[in-house]
Amino acid sequence: MSDMIILQNGRLLDPTTGTDKTGDLWIKDGKIIPAESQIPENCRVEDVTGKWIVPGLIDMHVHLREPGEEYKETVESGTRAAAAGGFTAVACMPNTKPVNDEASVTKFILAAERNASTRVYPAAAISRGSAGTELAEYGELKEAGAVAVTDDGLPVLDSQLMRRAMEYAGSHDLLVISHSEEMALSKNGAMNEGVVSTRLGLRGIPVAAEAIMVYREIALAELTGQRTHIAHVSTLAATDLIRQAKSRGVKISAETTPHYFTLTEEAVGDYDTNAKMNPPLRTETDRQAIRAGLQDGTYDCISTDHAPHSVLEKECEFDQAMNGIIGLETSLPLSLNLVREGVIEPLRLVELMSSAPARILKVPGGTLVEGSVADVTVIDTEKEFVFTKESILSKGKNSPFIDWKLQGKAVLTIMDGHVTHDELT
Amino acid sequence: MKDSYQFQHRHILGIEQLSPTDIFHILDLALSFKEISTRSIKKVPTLRGKTIINFFFEPSTRTRLSFEIAAKRMSADTFNIAASTSSAQKGETLIDTARNLEAMNPDIIILRHGSSGAPAMLTRYVNAGIINAGDGTHEHPSQALLDMMTVRDHKETLEGLKVAIIGDIAHSRVAHSNILGFTKMGADVHVAGPATFMPPHLDTLGATVCGSVQEAVTDADVVMALRIQKERQDDPLIPSLREYAQFYGINKAILKNAKPDVLVMHPGPINRGVEMNPDVADGETSVILEQVTNGVAIRMALLYLIMGTHGAEA
Repeated sequence: MSDMIILQNGRLLDPTTGTDKTGDLWIKDGKIIPAESQIPENCRVEDVTGKWIVPGLIDMHVHLREPGEEYKETVESGTRAAAAGGFTAVACMPNTKPVNDEASVTKFILAAERNASTRVYPAAAISRGSAGTELAEYGELKEAGAVAVTDDGLPVLDSQLMRRAMEYAGSHDLLVISHSEEMALSKNGAMNEGVVSTRLGLRGIPVAAEAIMVYREIALAELTGQRTHIAHVSTLAATDLIRQAKSRGVKISAETTPHYFTLTEEAVGDYDTNAKMNPPLRTETDRQAIRAGLQDGTYDCISTDHAPHSVLEKECEFDQAMNGIIGLETSLPLSLNLVREGVIEPLRLVELMSSAPARILKVPGGTLVEGSVADVTVIDTEKEFVFTKESILSKGKNSPFIDWKLQGKAVLTIMDGHVTHDELT
Repeated sequence: MKDSYQFQHRHILGIEQLSPTDIFHILDLALSFKEISTRSIKKVPTLRGKTIINFFFEPSTRTRLSFEIAAKRMSADTFNIAASTSSAQKGETLIDTARNLEAMNPDIIILRHGSSGAPAMLTRYVNAGIINAGDGTHEHPSQALLDMMTVRDHKETLEGLKVAIIGDIAHSRVAHSNILGFTKMGADVHVAGPATFMPPHLDTLGATVCGSVQEAVTDADVVMALRIQKERQDDPLIPSLREYAQFYGINKAILKNAKPDVLVMHPGPINRGVEMNPDVADGETSVILEQVTNGVAIRMALLYLIMGTHGAEA
């Protein structure tokens, strides 16, 4: 692999400079460099006329399952799926076995022999064992490479612990990510509480289970003055709370996922476990509110909450099935729908999927400015494909989008100057 | 029209899938089968050589026995598997167990399971006909059909009747199936109980939610009480059975608001003195035991119809 790549005649989109123009991008030695007058020998030159050249996509909410659940996913398989989906970096959640609550686990995830196809940013646990009682050692975790703390998969039920987590994380410049769920209300719930749960006879999870905890996090972020990120928001109620909090200057950021702006509770259909996740798919009103929040800036970024499971955990009774769906290989085309449907502009999409997560996590990338790391994705927004089960690179095949006809695909993914996914040749 | 009707369903998963014509047909067929159970030799050869498995993951006396008697009266070979004696205890999945049963070529599997949707799931893995004998808090179609049959025996038609269902609607598959069934047949279903027992958006199933038991039973043709499920302890739904009986129990005084010939029903088993007083349960217009009798006839009809859609000569 030559270490120099020249992309010609693409649509350069860089939200950090407001750039949206046709042009070339030069990459050398892992950096974006100024164009030179002569094209040197031994470099790869690609004419990408009509395609987008964007800073590499970053997904700040992914479950890579390693260590401990390698039968579901590994760092290698998960990041290979990510690269194919156009991602050059992912943040991986700490609910592994063991939980990523100490530096040795963080280091294990980051070990070079993992053969990752993207940058990997471990999010460590807020509490030891994610048990919600004692703080994990953030200083050591940060030194080992953690970029955030979260007990994702579980909420922090103890409000005092959450307050201290925010304060202490602030001292180590770590982002706190909240999985916002009032468990007393969501206990044993299998889907959104509403018309469909009544029809199917399934225990519901009310909107209030999310809204109550989102409000608590806002109140604690306000109290502590520390930056806090709300993960995987699914409801109108929480969208409104976040919008209000931002308008009065609370240091809060928020993400939502393609499934919340694409699907509703109706997708559960006849007990389809591939439409089961936590928080659950909500109503059309919620879906529209999420889209409005993506449009008006309430949401900072689109994440996937990529949650691979084996068939064992999905081919079973609905109430017994595990929560979660994969998302890395469908996020880009589903998000491009927002552009096609006029909800957001192309630059805003790149902001949501690259620049904002880089800024929130304080990691490199998210920009095409010369001198930056060469994390770059080339997108063919017109390319159509059917998302078949056989084509999935993730070990998990649990997706409600299987056999959907999708449009828009990463055709070249470059991480640190190296090609990690290539559909151009 | 009636001559061209053909029952199309390969499985009985719920009342939701059935049309009013299907329900008419099932009730008529059950009525014709009912006589068999009154003969001195209670057996016809209709399903001879057919294999029917009763696969019960939850305790049941009435329903399991009713299906078994129905099958035996039609000369089918029946086998009972209870969760406590099955491989489920050894950690085998429901799908694997069902596939193993399938390998022994049963014609029909009757499934009761604690998870809503379990019978629907099994239809994706086995070829046998599946009859839902109660799944979680979803549906219990044979119970609703026998309830409709019982009411029709007394009232000629279900159309225009006021049916009151009192109790824990949210956790009752019987209520769910009955609301759908009676509504499809043109009855007006009113429900009452504490708000903790009401699922959200109950109106979308066709029921009217009443503010009090009195409102629900006023001028009712049918009053059905549901069993309080004492085993549901993980959720603080009511403060005590004592208070429930006082405000939501069906007694003679509250029934005075209903029509004089009101039918009193209960899917059983009854908590006497809680959701229903003994003087009502055993009263003149109680049809609780008729429900049980009709249950056998309804299940004979369902077995016959499902065998018919599985390519067998019935």
